[in-house]
Amino acid sequence: MGYCLTKPEAETLFQKLLQSYEVYAPVRKAGEGCFSDTDVIRYDRIRSLEEIVWDQKSDYSFKEVLLPVNETLFYFTEEQTAVPKGPEKELLIFLRSCDLHAVRRLDEMYLNNGAGDFYYARRRERTRFALMGCPYTCDSGFCVSMGTSRADQYDLYLKVEGGQVYADCRDSRLEEYWKEAGGAEMPVSPEYAGENREKVALPKKLSNESFTKEIWEEYGARCIGCGRCNFVCPTCTCFTMQDIFYRDNPKAGERRRVWASCQVDGYTDIAGGISFRKKQGDRFRFKVMHKIYDYEKRFGYPMCVGCGRCDNICPEYISYSNCVNRLAKEEEEA
Amino acid sequence: MGKDFNTKKLKKNAFRVSKERGMGASRIRVPGGYLKAEILGMVQEISQTYGNGIVHLTTRQGFEIEGIRLEDMEEINRKLQPIIELLEINQTEPGTGYPASGTRNISACIGNNVCPFANYNTAELARRIEKEIFPNDLHFKVACTGCSNDCAKARMHDFGIIGMTMPQYDPARCVSCQACVKGCRTLSVDALRMENYKIIRDTEKCVGCGVCVTKCPTRALTRSKKKYYKLAIMGRTGKKNPRLGKDFLVWADADNIVKIILNTYRFVKEYISPDAPGGKEHIGYIIDRVGFEEYKKWALEGVELMPETLINDCIYWDGLHFDNKGK
Repeated sequence: MGYCLTKPEAETLFQKLLQSYEVYAPVRKAGEGCFSDTDVIRYDRIRSLEEIVWDQKSDYSFKEVLLPVNETLFYFTEEQTAVPKGPEKELLIFLRSCDLHAVRRLDEMYLNNGAGDFYYARRRERTRFALMGCPYTCDSGFCVSMGTSRADQYDLYLKVEGGQVYADCRDSRLEEYWKEAGGAEMPVSPEYAGENREKVALPKKLSNESFTKEIWEEYGARCIGCGRCNFVCPTCTCFTMQDIFYRDNPKAGERRRVWASCQVDGYTDIAGGISFRKKQGDRFRFKVMHKIYDYEKRFGYPMCVGCGRCDNICPEYISYSNCVNRLAKEEEEA
Repeated sequence: MGKDFNTKKLKKNAFRVSKERGMGASRIRVPGGYLKAEILGMVQEISQTYGNGIVHLTTRQGFEIEGIRLEDMEEINRKLQPIIELLEINQTEPGTGYPASGTRNISACIGNNVCPFANYNTAELARRIEKEIFPNDLHFKVACTGCSNDCAKARMHDFGIIGMTMPQYDPARCVSCQACVKGCRTLSVDALRMENYKIIRDTEKCVGCGVCVTKCPTRALTRSKKKYYKLAIMGRTGKKNPRLGKDFLVWADADNIVKIILNTYRFVKEYISPDAPGGKEHIGYIIDRVGFEEYKKWALEGVELMPETLINDCIYWDGLHFDNKGK
């Protein structure tokens, strides 16, 4: 059911919500961008609706809420281990349509791909999603091409316009808050980007033969292997393990899992000092083909949701979307 | 009519006496080298009307309009007025050109308006300092540079202001990729290392260049909210004893740097040699004569440094000595 509240009413409601929910949303971190006097938009816990950045895409995705950059899996002493406690409250995450589609990809990896992951699951099952509309397309996204521009699996849709806050509640527990707030009932439906500036056609004939394409050499020569594209991606799920032995007492420590990047040195290192993808071009090829080929072969739909964050963040101006289009064009011309 | 010009006066008015009899050049100061493009058109007009159509881009980021007749100076001063106003140069009387030339244009690298490495807006600070110290006949050279690369050659100035940032590290966002460690090692001073998969910064070594921040792919490393500066002092070129400026303050703030520069004007007024040719003596030589302790006393008058600011209590400048060969 849809509701309309004034901004102050919505803020009062939100403060009530905070008693039971940890709420995460894209916020502006002033001065914390890569360069001097630049900001970064990234996810953080919010204490007021005012903190949410609506008019810009976040530089980093929501995934760090469900998959912390660093997560301690357990603490260990010589005899015992202890698992840190999970979230104390319910979680509510504000995100856009493309990102809501990315949740499906994360679930696929962490819940449905073999045994479910304990840490992801205990957070995920307490998470609700609040959809942010896209009244206009962002600059680099190609959600329409990827079929992720519309989403109906949200628990809440929220829109702030003028002095009003419009909501569409699909989750009954969240809806209680709106009923209690006594806002006017009205139909509210999400705004979606109808068209993107970027349009992407996926190549259809990729195979292991595609490994030798010249295009990988070219991008390999340009890529610096910083991993930014992976870290901003809402669908990259790789992590590595780190065992830490406390400096003052190496008999105790903790095991962490930490985000990993298939572009950064060390990703394919194995015991014996072997590393599989040494060349940057091989790593780049792996990433692109994982997003639009490997994953699809396994799960039946492409991994990439077309958010375009990787294009925005690349310091070397490598456009993933352009690369994919080039692959499709090569097929067409062949 | 004979050519009768007060050369002392015209030099203070930012004109130059050239080697060609009766001819000179008009110098335009551009603090921070930062100007609206429309000024270029005005410079062009003056050059083509009064000069020989040639403009020299000075080493201090000003313009020098060549080939002007000294008798046109008053008219040129009137033509300079819109430029002086657009650049907000302090002036005693409109239409009379620049009231001084001893304190030179404050130069700056392009700074964080454009450069990914710069740690502050160099043009803005240059303009602020210009407002504080100009006009003055004393020979002061100040430059603002965005980071320790020192593209503005701030260390060749009496006051070189070098941008710094205090890296802020959030271990919870760090993925141990070591981009910062490699960046610091190859581009800077090798002040970072990894221990237990987290970054440790050698605060003694760190020059606050910010390379680690630009390399970090996850925003685990960010810039400090506060802007910091290194104040290198008493660098200079010259015939006797060219030298690089040395760090007086590290992790300093802009307000105190401005105070120190203003204090130094008082110090120089007190101690400048009465025989200094043209009333110009390099501040470094004055400090050599009266001693760094005495300079420090004057420079730090009313200065309250932040707790994190490091101060070098004793500075000795070596540099190249051409004034005591064989001694």
